[in-house]
Amino acid sequence: MNVVVCVKQIPDPAAPATLDPNTHTLDRSGKLILDDSDSYGVEMGLQLVDAAGGGDVILLSMVPNGETSGLRTALAMGAAKAILVSDEALAGTDALGTAKVLAAAIRRVEPDLVLAATESTDGYTGTTPVQVAELLGMPSVTFAKKVAVDGSTVKVDRQTEAGYDEVESPLPAVVTVTAGVVEPRYPSFKGIMAAKSKPIETLSIGDLGIDASQVGSGGARQEIVDVRKAEERGAGEIVEDDGDGFRRIISFLEESKVI
Amino acid sequence: MSIEKIWVLAEPTESGPVPVSLELLTAARGLAGTVEAVSWGADAASLAGAVGEYGATTLYDAGDLGGALPGAPIAGAIASLVESGNRPDAIFIPATYDGRDVAGRLSAKLDLPVLTNIVGIADDGGLRTEHAIFGGEQMVTARFNGGAPGIYVVRAKSFAAEPSGGAPANVVAAPVPDLGATNSARIDARHVEERSGPSLDEAAVVVSGGRGLGGAEHYELIEKLAKLLNGAAGASRAIVDAGWVPYSHQVGQTGKTVKPNIYLAMGISGATQHLVGMKGSKNIIAVNKDPDAPIFSVADLGIVGDLHKVLPALIEALQSRS
Repeated sequence: MNVVVCVKQIPDPAAPATLDPNTHTLDRSGKLILDDSDSYGVEMGLQLVDAAGGGDVILLSMVPNGETSGLRTALAMGAAKAILVSDEALAGTDALGTAKVLAAAIRRVEPDLVLAATESTDGYTGTTPVQVAELLGMPSVTFAKKVAVDGSTVKVDRQTEAGYDEVESPLPAVVTVTAGVVEPRYPSFKGIMAAKSKPIETLSIGDLGIDASQVGSGGARQEIVDVRKAEERGAGEIVEDDGDGFRRIISFLEESKVI
Repeated sequence: MSIEKIWVLAEPTESGPVPVSLELLTAARGLAGTVEAVSWGADAASLAGAVGEYGATTLYDAGDLGGALPGAPIAGAIASLVESGNRPDAIFIPATYDGRDVAGRLSAKLDLPVLTNIVGIADDGGLRTEHAIFGGEQMVTARFNGGAPGIYVVRAKSFAAEPSGGAPANVVAAPVPDLGATNSARIDARHVEERSGPSLDEAAVVVSGGRGLGGAEHYELIEKLAKLLNGAAGASRAIVDAGWVPYSHQVGQTGKTVKPNIYLAMGISGATQHLVGMKGSKNIIAVNKDPDAPIFSVADLGIVGDLHKVLPALIEALQSRS
């Protein structure tokens, strides 16, 4: 069984994020790392391929600038190879444009299953995987907290408002996984060394037959017209607990007429 | 461009349309002359009264989905309406699990862009959307510059739901077309997690716990305090991911948005992901041992101290009052 895992390389979420003052898009010029949300899909893919007794986990990522460091992290976890769609024209691409690029790359691989995170940590649009599924004519199951493959069927426990649903879908399908679906492994030293020589196929949008007008900020059909600082909450009172902290909370609750 | 018609996805639940769809009907009423709703289910027509009361004049009924996951079939039903020439200026979709699926499918089907995580919509020579970014530190205003209808995915509690007193909506069948493989995901069984007390969405008091609790076994302190305050128990993503509590308790970007009168954050550092889901609370009380925890920047009352001393003392004091 071959599994494509869509992974995003993002600015380190621990560093303060900024918007580019000209384009109002997230500044992604610094070093990019593997989105932590995607490590769950990579791990899930590796476990499903193992359980199926054969096949490959193939990573798929898209960037404007040839960045591969996040892909190397996921290769070090055990993925066999990666496809990187890299093209300057991709800067500022919206969710649907991204989906068109990913779908075109997935068509070349014809996988049994496509995995992705429910949403990225930096953009959190959360629609791209389902848009990919629609463009590929595949069923999709989002918010998976458990995934198993049984022959040509994928079985998923899908989160709901009230609990979870048991859902099944024929393959090929797109499944998005939540954090917590599996515990991602840490890349071993051996894995990190092996990842250095694993193949990364780099494609331009032209290689995928996609016209530049479909992607980038020009193809986005949506724009940011204003960015401003949000209204701040009035500064509160911060006190050190000297054994009396709970009484301060009681007084606050009394003043708010909660008790 | 004036806005004439807006559709709102009225996602059905066992107790009527999901509350955020009533919020969206209310918002749509203030923006467009005609507001219409789309719903589904074995008895979608029973929602005609509820959506009519909030301003929808027509309810498009996609019917019983036969156990299918709603994303693909509902997007298919809406796309059929649009392709037949019935074209609204905008489609408002609740930011729920199924709502996001519908939005993604519909966007790809109609080749229309989608804006998500919307927390406000206004008409300023065309619809403008508001988005909170960087944990609510900054607000972004955005707009579509392509053809209609734009697809707008809106977070819960972005608007207050107010009935208009309208008559029940006219029910119009909007059958699901044959969609082939895309519509082949089926729900085999549903599991509902038991809950006592008010829901996170509705509670006037929410008590949430985070990593600072130190272990799953201490979450019962959060539940005990929530019960004493007649509130609901919430959680940070960190402890949900760690498996201490079920996902249904999660407050934040990927969980629930809450706006209670009082929000108590216990041992929660205040990651961006969490702040987005609770920053709109009227009053915030935080207890954390780290004086630099970001949660204190939004707290009305912050206690820097050991949760395992403050929380039991607070519970005991409240118990002795009742």
